[in-house]
Amino acid sequence: MAILSADENKLIERYGPHLNYEPPGGWDEQRECSLVKTHCCFCGVQCGIQLKVHDNKVVGFEPWEEFPVNRGMLCPKGVKRYLQNEHPDRILSPLIRTRDGFREATWDEALNVTVEAIRRIQSKYGRDAFAMLGGASMTNEKAYLIGKFARIALGTANIDYNGRLCMVSAGAANKMAFGVDRAANPWSDIPLAKAVIISGANIGECFPILTDYVWRARDNGAKIIVIDPRMTPIARTADLFLPVRPGRDSALANGILHVMIERGWIDHDFIEKHTADFDRVVETVARYTPALTESITGVPAASIIRAAEIWGPAETSMMLHARGIEHHTKGVENCLTYINLVLASGRIGKPGSGYGTITGQGNGQGGREHGQRCNQLPGARDIENPEHRRFIADFWRIPEESLPRTGLTSCEVFDAIEAGKIRGLLSISFNPLVSIPDASRTRAALEKLEFYGCIDFFMSESARHADVFLAGSLQEEDEGTVTTGEGRCVRLKQSVTPPGNARVDWKILTDLAARLGRSEHFPYAISDDIFRELAAASKGGSADYSGMTYAKIEENMGIFWPCPSLKHPGTPRLFEGGRFHHADGKARFHAFEYRPPAEDIDAEYPLFLTTGRVVSQYLSGNQTRRIGPLVDQYPEPLCEMHPLLAKKLGIATGDTVRVQTRRGDIEVPAQVVRTIRPDTIFVPYHWPGRKSANLLTNRALDPISKIPEYKVCACRVERVAPKAVTL
Amino acid sequence: MDPSRCIGCKACIQACSECDTHRGRAMIHLEFVDRAASTQTAPVVCMHCEDPACARVCPADAIKQTEDGIVHSSLKPRCIGCSNCVLACPFGVPHYVAAIDQMMKCDMCFDRTSIGKKPMCATVCPSQALYYGPPDEIRRMRVETPVNEFRFGHQTVRTKVRLMTSPDTDHLDFDIMSFMPGADEPVPDVTELVAWED
Repeated sequence: MAILSADENKLIERYGPHLNYEPPGGWDEQRECSLVKTHCCFCGVQCGIQLKVHDNKVVGFEPWEEFPVNRGMLCPKGVKRYLQNEHPDRILSPLIRTRDGFREATWDEALNVTVEAIRRIQSKYGRDAFAMLGGASMTNEKAYLIGKFARIALGTANIDYNGRLCMVSAGAANKMAFGVDRAANPWSDIPLAKAVIISGANIGECFPILTDYVWRARDNGAKIIVIDPRMTPIARTADLFLPVRPGRDSALANGILHVMIERGWIDHDFIEKHTADFDRVVETVARYTPALTESITGVPAASIIRAAEIWGPAETSMMLHARGIEHHTKGVENCLTYINLVLASGRIGKPGSGYGTITGQGNGQGGREHGQRCNQLPGARDIENPEHRRFIADFWRIPEESLPRTGLTSCEVFDAIEAGKIRGLLSISFNPLVSIPDASRTRAALEKLEFYGCIDFFMSESARHADVFLAGSLQEEDEGTVTTGEGRCVRLKQSVTPPGNARVDWKILTDLAARLGRSEHFPYAISDDIFRELAAASKGGSADYSGMTYAKIEENMGIFWPCPSLKHPGTPRLFEGGRFHHADGKARFHAFEYRPPAEDIDAEYPLFLTTGRVVSQYLSGNQTRRIGPLVDQYPEPLCEMHPLLAKKLGIATGDTVRVQTRRGDIEVPAQVVRTIRPDTIFVPYHWPGRKSANLLTNRALDPISKIPEYKVCACRVERVAPKAVTL
Repeated sequence: MDPSRCIGCKACIQACSECDTHRGRAMIHLEFVDRAASTQTAPVVCMHCEDPACARVCPADAIKQTEDGIVHSSLKPRCIGCSNCVLACPFGVPHYVAAIDQMMKCDMCFDRTSIGKKPMCATVCPSQALYYGPPDEIRRMRVETPVNEFRFGHQTVRTKVRLMTSPDTDHLDFDIMSFMPGADEPVPDVTELVAWED
């Protein structure tokens, strides 16, 4: 049973989050340091950074100006990331739950207890009753290993990852439209664009370094269009800002394309030669006049026409989007309708012209390529494709029929725990209690598990429910690679070794595999052994890494896939010459009628709730809520609302408000600002417990990508009367 | 310095506090201009005046300007914590730090710039609202013009650090009246750009 074995406050007192403000030894200590050139552990930009190391401790940072993507630039998370090292909350030994919390255990005991539980559950309920969940903040090596471990050592179909909450709508849309799942262009194409659409991407806060790319485009004469329900920092000075009503993105894209077709800003020659199915789109968008589109989206017709006037005839252009259009029950449709705008313009596969989703997690790109997903095998292969299955089964030297088929996605895993179909779970680098929508149900599911094993470096809110906690490694404690949002595979260098009795993550998995009797499939001595295997496994797949080596990646400061041979320089820009990756070489248009979100506003819940990030926090906050200077910058979630709404509800900045949906309620301070639609409120999601935005959000899934609808649900808001003070 | 590019991320502040000469304490600050109205933020680094008011008003002669035009933070043995400089600075730069009873301010990362590196804040700034380089270089790269002449009433202040402003501007005038209540320039409101139902 995974019910909390101790009072939550007691667990917090012991395992944090506590705030770390100073490097080990304090500020005053002067030390001789070495500098390790590596990358930030947070978002998909993967900025180059130099970590200052003294006596096997990370004690600071120094900008790395030679790395071409960020050229020394960093956001506050990158600057202060080193404070996660030598953190008082760090778990230094395996732990086993007791009647009042956890006790330290030896590795032998912790691994044996885990393996016994796996065996017990699988023999009683079947192999698929034990699930594994991974994460997209981990290296390519670990993403590959987790997929292989789950399918060979656990033999379960139910292996998925937290990228399911992040990049999968764009990934599925990219495959459907282009036949491959990768941003089409390197970010260096952004400054060359004359028109840039940024849809549902709070670039200034979530990918701060890309701001400079956008501003450089503007310096070169680009017009910037930002589409967002909130006037985010990047929207503030945009040439055109379209404050779309949450959940209406596909209608807006259809409306813009309607005007482009009407005005003749269409590249018929490109469409004829390099695409299919444009006719169906023409037919669909015919209905989306500016007036109709205004009535659906809340964007004035004049602004829709203006967007088409900027985008339609532009000489070069870049389309960028992120979770704002992807976190929907029609996330894939939203992405595809925006891709229609790119394909109709014919501006893709050229310098300064193209498209890209901006992945949110450190290895958002690579984490979704090497088989960590329930429907995927290494090399971004399909688990149901007979040829792909045969290739990987042969490569792994296992019978094809023993290779599991498609399993459940992350949110579905929790639904299945609820239904009693999944009884055991091993998670790594995943904090579902904070990150999955409808957190009350997530907690009940964790409590229902017969066994929960957790590999992590800090005691996350989810890990408090674990039966066994396996003390793993931070990013800077292991060698490896990650693939950034532009498809560039970069090299992470080990700066220090794991402290105390903690182990590098992949060794924990190979130790478990050995105890499960599968050691012959996991013969790795160093991370490079895993990389060489994943590169070979990817050969011939769409995400082909077979021409990469650690040395080559380092020398070139990253290699873009596909890179099919040692002599191949990598592929920064896809689709040059209009060659797409479908069998016929053509891209596909997709026609979608707008459909409303799973839960729309009504008389009972009359406001839209949308959620997102702030610049100083990352994902579920398991790392960043322990870093003092980042917490001080934005200590708790605020409920952003427009003054017109605030006035109607009698709310002022600083008042505590109760935000309620059909799933739960939270109490947070109000922040009254004119930078948000008056029918919408915003709450950032990085916090747990009574301030967790995901107590409110709707676990309704996109039918294709199975991403949940974080970006829109119906809520109501009221001021909480201040409690009477008793003297 | 170009506040129009600033995204308010505070990477500059966080990085400033990592500088070797004043570890753990940032010597620059960043303000929301009016968060209720806008996400506009403004980084505040020392402008390094040619004739620095802070040094002129210091009764203890604790603020020194070196030949390269850098106006340094106060000297610990001299600073008496009187805050004259805080009141005198036209840009609101110096801060009195009660914990150490001393004024501290940005010294353009003297330890870094004197050995050919860029200041910490301008190195990390993700939007390059803070940029370190000669004025001619930035004039070529950007539409905006670097200006270093500021007129406060009858007083003209020239600075080493430039503020990016609209093209063809050679100086900036500041009138106290523009900062009085009711003088606010209208700031865009999302409701002006949106169709919505009450």
